[in-house]
Amino acid sequence: MNVLVCVKRVPMTGGKIVLTADEQAIATQHLGFTISPHEECGVEEAVRIVEQHGGESVVLTLGPPEAEEQLRDAMALGMDRAIHLVIGDDEDWDAQATATAILDAIEAEHAAGVDFDLIFFGNESADSGGYQVGIRVAHALERPIATGLKGVAVEAGRVRCEQEVPGGRDVFDLPLPAVVTVKEGLNFPRYPSVPGRMRAQKKPIASSSPTAAPARLEKVRLVSPPGERKEAEILGHGPDAAPKVVELLQRIGVA
Amino acid sequence: MSVLVVVEREPGGVDELSLQALALARTLAQGASIEALAVTPPSDTVSQGVAATLGEHGVSTLHVAEHAVFGSYAPTAVAQAAVELAERLQPAAIVGAGTERGNEVLAHIAARLDLPLAANCIAAASGDPARVTRLRWGGSLLEEADVHGAPTLLTVAPHLVTAERAPAGEAAVEHFAPTLSEADQLVRVTDRAEDDTAGGVSLADAKVVVSSGRGAGSPEGFGIIEELADLLGGAVGCSRAVTMAGWRPHTDQVGQTGTKIAPDIYIACGISGATQHMAGCKGAKTILAVNTDPQAPILASADYAVIGDLHEVVPAISAELRKARQT
Repeated sequence: MNVLVCVKRVPMTGGKIVLTADEQAIATQHLGFTISPHEECGVEEAVRIVEQHGGESVVLTLGPPEAEEQLRDAMALGMDRAIHLVIGDDEDWDAQATATAILDAIEAEHAAGVDFDLIFFGNESADSGGYQVGIRVAHALERPIATGLKGVAVEAGRVRCEQEVPGGRDVFDLPLPAVVTVKEGLNFPRYPSVPGRMRAQKKPIASSSPTAAPARLEKVRLVSPPGERKEAEILGHGPDAAPKVVELLQRIGVA
Repeated sequence: MSVLVVVEREPGGVDELSLQALALARTLAQGASIEALAVTPPSDTVSQGVAATLGEHGVSTLHVAEHAVFGSYAPTAVAQAAVELAERLQPAAIVGAGTERGNEVLAHIAARLDLPLAANCIAAASGDPARVTRLRWGGSLLEEADVHGAPTLLTVAPHLVTAERAPAGEAAVEHFAPTLSEADQLVRVTDRAEDDTAGGVSLADAKVVVSSGRGAGSPEGFGIIEELADLLGGAVGCSRAVTMAGWRPHTDQVGQTGTKIAPDIYIACGISGATQHMAGCKGAKTILAVNTDPQAPILASADYAVIGDLHEVVPAISAELRKARQT
């Protein structure tokens, strides 16, 4: 059972998103970076599947040279090796270009004798939120895909997929090979152990530099949402404010 | 050049988010006709009410794709039906609601047509290229973007475009049977697992949500949060830091990667207001923040605030509520 997980490096935004002067990016000089949350659960699930069924787990990212940090993080959690599609720091790849580069990498693995039975994506990336790279890859590979999953169970050449919907979970049952996109809450990702981190430093990363096609969803500029800042009315300080709060709750009609 | 809208139905009518999608579709159409696509199994019928509602929202023709696979949700089959219809209508744009399913179906259409897709738009202007404004970071940031190629494919972000009526009379209804391959029909819902946690108030639908973050101090620290939520008949929420620490289940998490809530009042106790969290509570009608730090980012989004330690303030609110109910 060979499993591929595609992840994206994204900044950890704090209380307020600040843009660069040219409005093309988020000012990240004071921010840390992480694997986009949904995909971290994909990594955990892939590690569990390979622990249970054997095979190999591979993590892939398309990102700047610094994205090696996220690949090492994923390998510290137990992924066996990594594929790094290296792009420039200020390059902006749209979903179509990203999917094409990932497909080329999957094809290269195939040529080298490795075929993936299951490919994980996040349901949507934290930053650009396009909801489509996984679907584009699945379509090009002519493989079935289920999206937005909070349950993934591999058994006897099939994958049972659970999608949270109001009042319950819808179930899709797909034959392998398949593609899935997952959401945070799928599992509880483990913390990397110190030995895990040390092993990750020695695991192989295959790097290559794909060439971007011109963006067809072309970013013009980023804008902060207008007029959301409010001046909160201070009801009081400490427990003495309780009567004012209850008055408010009564006024709203929920007390 | 018409605009084709993939609509989602709900029992007895049209999903509100599809009506919002129709409103944005009309700005793209600039007076050209609005065509709608709905899918149904042959055993079922699309009620006259649906055609009437769609007509009130500017739809001239409702195209109903009939196929046995539509007895349950089948994303690739819906996408293929839309592609077949689009070949016939040659629309200038194909629009869906920015629901999980709308985004999924439109992404399948985009993959099939090898075209870009702009997900979660709040504004759109036709042209070559089309210009859209769309959500990034769960709505904490906006992006203006050009969408190259035709037809323009986009989904409409939930609850940010008003569903206005634009009476065009009752929509005409035309049925067709799409040609679907076995592969198109492979992915579909085959089973439903009912929620076994029923009984409590669901976070997404609760009128009152009381939440806390790491400021609760421990899993036990949520006792006072649960007490206040119970008193108000509400649900308990939490920040991502809390679920990452393992204090609460992910189902309690409010935020961009958790549950999006829309209560009458959101009482956020010891929540700093990270963008990841605020993306999940934008729908709250009123936000009350309880925080020791008057400079906390959440105060820029809150309507009311109590400055103080949640461990003192929350029990005092519960006690005051009980007192008020006795008199």
